[in-house]
Amino acid sequence: MSTDFEPRIIGFLCRWCSYNGADLAGTSRMKYLPNMVPIRTNCSGRVDPTHVLKALADGADGVLIAGCHPGDCHYINGNYRTAGRYPLMEKLLEQLGLEHGRVRLEWISAAEGDKFAKTVTEFTEQIRALGPLDWGKQFEAEEAKTA
Amino acid sequence: MTLTYSYFPGCSSEATGKAYDISTRAVCDKLDIELKELPDWNCCGSTSYFSIRELESFGVSARNLAIAQEVGGMDLVATCSACYTILAKTNRYFSEDPVLHETINEALEAAGRTYDGNVNVRHILDVIVNDLGCETVAEKVTRRMTKLRVAPYYGCQATRPKGTFDDPEFPTSLDHLLEAVGAEPIYYPVKTKCCGGMLMMTQEDAALRLCHELLKCAQDNGADVIVTTCPLCEMNVEAYQKMVNKAYGTSFNIPVMYFTQLLGYALGVDSKALALQMQIVPVENVLAKVPA
Amino acid sequence: MADEKIAVYFCDCGTNIAGKVDVDEVVKWAAEQPNVTVAREYKYMCSDPGQDLIKTDIKELGVTRVVVAACSPTMHEPTFRKAAADGGLNPFLLQMANVREHCSWVTEDPVEATEKAKRILSAQIHRLPFNEALQPIEVPVNPDVMVVGAGIAGIEAALKLADAGKKVFVVERDPSIGGHMAMFDKTFPTLDCSACILTPKMSALGKHPNITLMAYSEVTEVSGYVGNFKVKVRKKARYVDTDKCTGCAACTEACVVQKVKSEFDVGLGYRPAIYIPFPQAVPLKATIDPAKCLTLSKGKCAKQSCVSACGPGAIDFGQQDEQVELDVGAIIMATGFELFDCEREARYGYGRLANVITSLEFERLSNASGPTGGHIVMKNGEAPKSVAILHCVGSRDENYQEFCSRVCCMYSLKFAHLIKEHLPETEVYELYIDMRAYGKGYEEFYKRLMDEGVHFIRGRAAEVSDVALAPEEEGRLVVKAEDTLLGIMRRLPVDMVILSAGLSPRRDAKEVAQTFGFGCSANGFYLERHPKLEPASTMTDGVFLAGACQYPKDIPDAVAQAGAAAAGALTFVNNPTVKVEPTISYIDPEKCSGCHICVGLCPHAAIQFNAEKEVAEVIEAACKGCGVCVAACGSNVPQQRGYLDKQIFAEIEGALAL
Ligand code: FES
Repeated sequence: MSTDFEPRIIGFLCRWCSYNGADLAGTSRMKYLPNMVPIRTNCSGRVDPTHVLKALADGADGVLIAGCHPGDCHYINGNYRTAGRYPLMEKLLEQLGLEHGRVRLEWISAAEGDKFAKTVTEFTEQIRALGPLDWGKQFEAEEAKTA
Repeated sequence: MTLTYSYFPGCSSEATGKAYDISTRAVCDKLDIELKELPDWNCCGSTSYFSIRELESFGVSARNLAIAQEVGGMDLVATCSACYTILAKTNRYFSEDPVLHETINEALEAAGRTYDGNVNVRHILDVIVNDLGCETVAEKVTRRMTKLRVAPYYGCQATRPKGTFDDPEFPTSLDHLLEAVGAEPIYYPVKTKCCGGMLMMTQEDAALRLCHELLKCAQDNGADVIVTTCPLCEMNVEAYQKMVNKAYGTSFNIPVMYFTQLLGYALGVDSKALALQMQIVPVENVLAKVPA
Repeated sequence: MADEKIAVYFCDCGTNIAGKVDVDEVVKWAAEQPNVTVAREYKYMCSDPGQDLIKTDIKELGVTRVVVAACSPTMHEPTFRKAAADGGLNPFLLQMANVREHCSWVTEDPVEATEKAKRILSAQIHRLPFNEALQPIEVPVNPDVMVVGAGIAGIEAALKLADAGKKVFVVERDPSIGGHMAMFDKTFPTLDCSACILTPKMSALGKHPNITLMAYSEVTEVSGYVGNFKVKVRKKARYVDTDKCTGCAACTEACVVQKVKSEFDVGLGYRPAIYIPFPQAVPLKATIDPAKCLTLSKGKCAKQSCVSACGPGAIDFGQQDEQVELDVGAIIMATGFELFDCEREARYGYGRLANVITSLEFERLSNASGPTGGHIVMKNGEAPKSVAILHCVGSRDENYQEFCSRVCCMYSLKFAHLIKEHLPETEVYELYIDMRAYGKGYEEFYKRLMDEGVHFIRGRAAEVSDVALAPEEEGRLVVKAEDTLLGIMRRLPVDMVILSAGLSPRRDAKEVAQTFGFGCSANGFYLERHPKLEPASTMTDGVFLAGACQYPKDIPDAVAQAGAAAAGALTFVNNPTVKVEPTISYIDPEKCSGCHICVGLCPHAAIQFNAEKEVAEVIEAACKGCGVCVAACGSNVPQQRGYLDKQIFAEIEGALAL
C-alpha cells in the first residue's frame, strides 16, 4: 500500500444537521483532512443507492452519508429510511465485491462540529488503509471465487 | 452457575495484605466465584512508579493485561484498589491514545506478547455486588451480623476518578453489601477520603492527619469496626492508630477488617480461613457481639 | 444546455478564504472549465459592489447560470439569489460553492485547500447546466402566534405581540404563569422586588383581550408547515370549573389534606391538595392535585369539604383532560430552565446535610411571602451566624456542565446582601472561581458588597462536611476549600451553606425540541439558528426562541431576547404569505406504475394514491421536500425539483472530475 495514495471521497450531508455540523467545524476552525467533497441534500433520506454507486463508479474510493440523529430529522423520520436502506446497500456493495468499510453512515447533529471533523479524518484514514478502489481487482477476485 | 474471572492478587497480597488475599479466596469459594490467578503476573505499575516513569509503568501494567488476554480474556479482578485503578487507567489510556497503544505493543512484542485492549478490569467489590448481587449473598449468609455497626470505608481509589461501578464521591455498594449480611452500615461521610497512602513513608504528619479524621468520624458515629476495600487503607488505618493517638492525644483502638473478612464470617467461613488472627487490633470482641 | 453561459465568482472573504486558498489559480482554472464564460475574484462578494458584479454580468454578458464560491449557503444563499433575481435571472439558476466553512477554514495545507476548493467548485459548475428555473411557492400565513411557556420571557413576548394587535395563545405547563421569576424575592443588581415588577405583567397578560391563556396545559403535537402550524394542546383537568371558580381560596383552607410539599416553595412549605400556587397566580383558579386528593386518588374523602366550601359549586371531580387544536402562523418557545440537581454533586452533601440548601430554596427563604415569612433561618428555626455561598455548583465542571450559567455570581452577591440586610451580625463567605460581574451595574454591585463586609474567597469549595476536627467545628458544617489567593487550604465552620446551582436545560428539552422540529446544542439547550446574528430563531422557519431555554440568562437578557423573538414572529406573521422553497417532489403520471411504495414512506402524508388513474400524486402544499420518495422509487419516477437525480449525478461527476 503506497502511503501517498490520496483517497477521493464524496460526502452526502443532510441540510439541517450534518451540513450545519460541517459549517460549525468551519466556524470553529477545526482542521480535518481535505479528501471529502460534500454534496448537500435536503435530507439523508434523499440519498439514493444509485448516488452511492455513481460516486464509486466515477472514481470515488469511499462515500460518507451523514444525517440527523434518530428522532432529530427535519422531516420527522427521513433518516429512519436512510437507516433502513443502508444495510441493504451494504449487502449490495458486498455482492459487487467491495471491501467492507468503503461506505459509511453517520449521525452528526448541527452541534457536532467536532464529530464531523473527526469522522472525516477517521474515514479518510480508513479508506487510505483500504487502498484505491479498483473495480477490476474486485471482479477478478470474485471470478476466482466462483471459478 | 459459577462466575469465572482472572485474578490479579497484587504485591501486597504476599505481604501486608495477606489476609485480604486469603479471605477473598475463601469468600469466593463460598460464593461460587472462580478466581483463576493470572499466571506469572507482575507489579501493577504502582502509583509511585507512575509518577516518575509513566511510560514504563504503562508497560509493566499492560503486561498483566496481555496475559489476561492470553488466558482467555475474562474480566480481570483486582482486590487492591490501587491495582484496580492502575490497571483500569492503563486500559483506558491504551484504548484512547493510539500512539500509546502502538508504543506499548511494541514493548510487549519484545517479550513475545500483544494486547488488543479488550479485557475488562474489575474490583472485587464490584464483582460481588453487581455480578453476583446482594440478594444472592444474603441467601448464603449463615451468621447474620446483627447489631454490628460498621463504617464502610471505600478509600479514594475504588470508585475514582469517574465511578465506573458506583458514585465516585458518595458510593453505596459496600453499604448495601453490609446490609445484606445483616450488619448496620453507619453514617460515614468520609467514606471516600484518602488514608494517606504512601505519604505515611514520606510525610508522616500529613498522613496521620488524614487517618485521624477517618478514625474520629468512625468513633463519633459509633462504629464497632471499620471495613476496607484496599490493603493500603487497611494498613494505614489499623497499624498507625497508636501514632495517631500520640499525635492527637486520642485513644483509638478500633478494629479494622477487610470487607471480605467480614463477609466470610457472615457466610460461616472459619476464622482461620479468613486470617482473622492476622489483624493488629483484635477483632474477636467485636465479632462476639454477633448473636450466634 | 450545452451553450449555457456560466459565471463564476470567487470570494476572497478578506483573508478568510484568500489567506488559505490560492484564489488566482482557482479562478484561472475555473475560466477554462466547460460552459464557463467568465470567472472573477472579488474581495467581498456579499458587499453591494460584489452583488452588482453578478447583476451586470447577467445583463451585459448574457450570463445564464451563476456560481458563487464563498461562505456557506446557509449564510448568504438568499443574498446572492436575490442579486441574481435583481439582475433578471431566475434565482434557482444560481448555486453556491462553500469554500470557506468546508474548505479554507478547515484545511491545514494551502495547496490541499486550493485543490479542494477546485473540486467543490467543479461540482457546482457541472451541476448548473441541469438547474431549472423554479418559481417559489407562496402559501398564506396564519397571523396568530403561540407562545410556549410563560415565565418572564414568554410573558414579555406574548404582551408585545398582543399589544401589536396579534392574537396570541399562551400555553403554560404549570397552574399559574410567572415561572421562576415569580419565586424570587429581589432582583440583582437594583434589588427591586421581583413580584412588584412581574405581577403587573402577569395580570396584564391574564386580562389582555388578544391573549388566550391556556395554563396547566401542554403541547402534545405540532404538524403543518411554515406559517400554518397545527398544534394539539392537552388542557390538563384541574377538577375545577374555571368559569365558576372565583379564586377565593375557601376550598384550599377547607381541604383535609394540608401537608403536600409546595412546588412553588421548592418543598420548604406546604400546600393543600386543592391549591392556588401563590396569591398572585394568573389565572387565579384552584387546581386539585389528583395524586394527593383523597377523592381522586383513593376514591373516598369523608368530608369533601372543598365541595361544601365552594360557593359557586366549581369543584368537578369528573373533569377530564381536554384536547384543543390551534392553528398558528408562528411559535415562540420560552420554556425556561431547570435548576441543576445538586444531589449529583454528592461532595456538597445536599439532601444529606440539613442546612445545605439550594439557591432556589434560599430565594423562598428570604422571600417575605415565603414559608418562613422572609426569615432566614436554619432547619431548627434559628438564624445562622455564618453562611457560606458556594459558586459554580454544577457549572464550569466537565463532570457536570461545562458551561458558565451566567447568573450565579450575581445572585450569590444578592444573597450576601440580603443576609447582611436581615442579619447584620452574620458572617457571609462567598467562595468563587472567578467573579463574573459583566452586566450593567453589576461590577458596581460587586464593589458595594465588598464594602458591606462580605468575605470573598477565591477558590472552588472542595467539600462540605459534618466531620468536626476542632471544637469550633462541632455541630456545624465545615466548608473545605483552597484559598487560591493565599495559597492555603481552609476549613470554614459555618451554620448554613447555599449552593449556587447552575441552570440546566429542561429535562425534556430534547423531546420538546423534537416535537417542534428543531434541535438542541451539545449542552442541551435549544439550538439557535445563528449564535450571533439569529439567537432568537430556530432552524425551523416560523419558530423562535426567548429566554433561558436557549442558554442561561438573567432577566434583562431574557426580556431583551423575548422582544427579539416577538419582533421576529411579528415580522413573519405580518406578511400575508410566505415563500416556501419550491424544492418539492413531483410525479410524472405517465411513468408511475402505481406500486404504492412512496405512498407509505412519505413522512408528511403528502403522497396520495389516485385510484382512478392508478398513480401516486404529490400534494404540493403538504410536501416539504425531503426527497425520501425519490430515493425509494424503484423506477426513479418521483423527482425532487432542485435536487433532480441528474443534478446530483452531475455534482458527483464534477467533484470527481479532478
Ligand atoms: S433532515 Fe437530516 S436526516 Fe433528514
